[in-house]
Amino acid sequence: MSSYIVDRRLNSKNKSTVNRQRFLKRYRKQIRKAVSDAVNERKLEDMENGDSISIPKKDLSEPVFSHGKGGNQNIVHPGNKDFVVGDRFKRPEGGEGGSGEGEASDSGEGEDEFVFQISQEEFLEFMFEDLALPNMIKLQLSTDDSFSYKRAGISEVGSPNQVNVVRSLRSAQARRIALGGKKRRKRRELREELAEFLEATPKPYDEEQKKKKLLLEDEIASLTARLDALPYIDEFDLKFNLRVKIPQPSPKAVMFCVLDVSGSMTQEIKDTAKRFFYLLYLFLHRSYEKIDVVFIRHHTKAEEVSEEDFFYSRETGGTVVSSALELMNEIIKERYPADQWNIYGAQASDGDNWQNDTAKCHELMTQQILPAVQYFTYIEIGEQDPQELWRLYTDLKESFSDSFALSKVRNNSEIFPVFRELFKKEGLRT
Amino acid sequence: MSKTNKQTPFSKFDVDGRSEPAQPHGPHNEKNYISTSSEWTFELLEKYDKEISRIAKEKFKLDTYPNQIEVIRSDQMMDAYASVGMPINYNHWSYGKSFLSTQQDYQRGRMGLAYEIVINSSPCIAYLMEENTLTMQALVIAHACYGHNSFFKGNYLFREWTDAEAIIDYLLFAKGYIAKCEERYGVEEVEKILDSCHALMNYGVDRYKRPTPISVVEEQKRQKEREEYIQKHINDLWRTLPEEKDKVAKKKRFPEDPQENLLYFIEKTSPKLENWQREIVRIVRKISQYFYPQRQTQVMNEGWATFWHYTILHELYDEGLVSEGFIMEFLVSHTSVVAQPDFDSPYYSGINPYALGFAMMQDIRRICEDPTEEDYEWFPDIAGSDWLETLHNAMRNYRDESFVLQFLSPKVMRDFKLFHLNDDDSQETIGVEAIHNEQGYKQIRDQLSQQYNLSYREPDIQVFDVDILGNRTLTLNHYMNNRRPLGPATTEVVKHIRQLWGYDVKLNSVDENGETVTSYSTYA
Repeated sequence: MSSYIVDRRLNSKNKSTVNRQRFLKRYRKQIRKAVSDAVNERKLEDMENGDSISIPKKDLSEPVFSHGKGGNQNIVHPGNKDFVVGDRFKRPEGGEGGSGEGEASDSGEGEDEFVFQISQEEFLEFMFEDLALPNMIKLQLSTDDSFSYKRAGISEVGSPNQVNVVRSLRSAQARRIALGGKKRRKRRELREELAEFLEATPKPYDEEQKKKKLLLEDEIASLTARLDALPYIDEFDLKFNLRVKIPQPSPKAVMFCVLDVSGSMTQEIKDTAKRFFYLLYLFLHRSYEKIDVVFIRHHTKAEEVSEEDFFYSRETGGTVVSSALELMNEIIKERYPADQWNIYGAQASDGDNWQNDTAKCHELMTQQILPAVQYFTYIEIGEQDPQELWRLYTDLKESFSDSFALSKVRNNSEIFPVFRELFKKEGLRT
Repeated sequence: MSKTNKQTPFSKFDVDGRSEPAQPHGPHNEKNYISTSSEWTFELLEKYDKEISRIAKEKFKLDTYPNQIEVIRSDQMMDAYASVGMPINYNHWSYGKSFLSTQQDYQRGRMGLAYEIVINSSPCIAYLMEENTLTMQALVIAHACYGHNSFFKGNYLFREWTDAEAIIDYLLFAKGYIAKCEERYGVEEVEKILDSCHALMNYGVDRYKRPTPISVVEEQKRQKEREEYIQKHINDLWRTLPEEKDKVAKKKRFPEDPQENLLYFIEKTSPKLENWQREIVRIVRKISQYFYPQRQTQVMNEGWATFWHYTILHELYDEGLVSEGFIMEFLVSHTSVVAQPDFDSPYYSGINPYALGFAMMQDIRRICEDPTEEDYEWFPDIAGSDWLETLHNAMRNYRDESFVLQFLSPKVMRDFKLFHLNDDDSQETIGVEAIHNEQGYKQIRDQLSQQYNLSYREPDIQVFDVDILGNRTLTLNHYMNNRRPLGPATTEVVKHIRQLWGYDVKLNSVDENGETVTSYSTYA
């Protein structure tokens, strides 16, 4: 039989990975734009999903020579219904009628977009490309940390899969030498004696000689048997590779979301704020496996609430920002000591604050919060002119440029660019 | 490579009108069936292959390369798609692009994957998808491993242009060479050259023979000399010192004759390319040469393979080796493969090569076995002759263009209801020039044949002149055919040529009177 059937199903898959990567790399700019558009338009819930990305087809054409429209084109079609020779009619729109493009792609159909899938991971990659957390991450050991295993010499006990073959055999050989040495020496002497005897004594042997020979031979045989009885390898020869658990320091992070819910904050503004918090959360997630999130909302009083309450309930009344900052400070002191946690703060507000509160805010920020946090960002949402809080924070920016950033956002579509600006890698910051 | 696309099943349309399986000669006995379930196993594949092979070789005299049948998963099939069906290929972003678009279409259910991909190599490699049912696997084995395979081995274009024994080794070499270049000169540099070469991929062969070939031996000798002295030749060509005046006056045009093999011309004479870049141009040229026969035999190749899966599987049924259920399932797939939507259907995307090819092959058999008056008139040579021999002869010695010209019968034109449409931009309206009637047959046949002629399908572009003593501008001529202009991508392609040439490039569209109609150039 000339055929040979092979099962290739277990062969390497993803043969196209390299080519796919090349494609993504080549169209990095377009894909990033598409990702950034998607972030602005998407609902929060599917913000970080991979899903489809579409980029303009004309950007990735592979040009070849072909015939264009025009000239005198002839073509044969199937499926004539009632045409007769000499029938004439108007050119169909779109120029389907006999375009010379031959086997023009059947997928073409006037679509201008090339659509393809990228994974969630790739999506985030493109989303946060060129962005970095501004300050070094603090690593902290803790009890529930992960461990890694490291080799640490040889042990007498262990599980069978950790047997160190070379060491075990070496120790077995040493034991065999140690236990059999005396007997082996004895046997050697006896053998020499026997050889000497055989050489010195001419045949035939008399009774005495026969007896001596037999005795020698017997003794050699019994020594040999006892030497052979030494086990080749014994249980106490076994040596095992020893591996010890080393605790891995892992970074811990907490993120404070501070939101003004006073009467002046509309649902729209809150939605914009939510987007900002969410982006920050996704971004931090790339550096920290586990993140605690603390939601603080405030009007004249501040309280820690659940996520649900944070975004959807509405209060009325004035605004006292310091109440929230104070609560944040308390929570840090209580639950997230600054020497063990990486603390991030994000505050969103329409900028409104009770005028007499400003001094207190300033003090809280400079004395307590900013020295403790890795990074604190403030966005002011809305169309209005800079408000009280903005002026205060602009001052802070000057003295804490490393750990504090602020920006103004007018609407949803500005969130992502502003976010990128706030977290631009050092050196790329404009 | 050739793919059998799973198409959307249209309304059932059976080209030869034979929708019922032939009645078996004797009563079927279930015990003789090779299989009764639709799940395949390797053992069953072997059994089917054995029977199909027996019928193909002994009964129908199909001569094939040895087969290597590889069962793969659907994602591996997508990988195979992405690198134009080649089992090994060098890395390039465009293959990633085509992978992404296949994946998108497949996952969205917009298309089915091909049941099979077959590679023109020896042994002939055929990929079978594991998702296929047993019936489909049998169809694919008959179609690819005996249909396409025998076509690759027998057709004159494949014999002349490709070397089935060497292709895998060559691809391996190409992949390794390009990877090494990427290491040394950077991925981006290599990509630039490849992008430009791909733009000229269809211009890597000499379509027409030289007007007066000397002797083959002589030609080979010259070829060898050329290759040996290529570097010297290039140096001579681009000598920077001006030659003596009287010599200049006598200097002939370069190239002396127009050159249609653009990649070859660039490889041999481009002033700026480094040696590794020349080798890459050569690799793309060699691979494009390998595809050249495929581009000219789509109808025949698919028609031949489809004809044989149809005939062989029916033979299996007639011998009582497969059940009625098997043959019904087979016919459903077969029917959708050879469906031909009408020109006004939303599914229409030109003439389906499977449909036309299969119909014509079936028709040749009919003309031989059961000729009508009309057939005796149109095909006096083959009407009533031995069908198997006639079919083999057609497979060996024709390509789509000549095959249609020679064998398209009035019956097939009627079945397909072909008509000829003329779209002349000097006229207000488009007109029907011919339909499937006595007056129209010849014209439709000529026109359809023309449609499969590569030099009609693709613009005729040739190297016309190089300004050797001046600024080294390369001038190309596009010889217009029926006043058809070049497409919108032309400027981009010209830029790619400039990239390879290193100096300015000019492309003139020249009409039948030798007048330049449009010019494209890389300088203002």
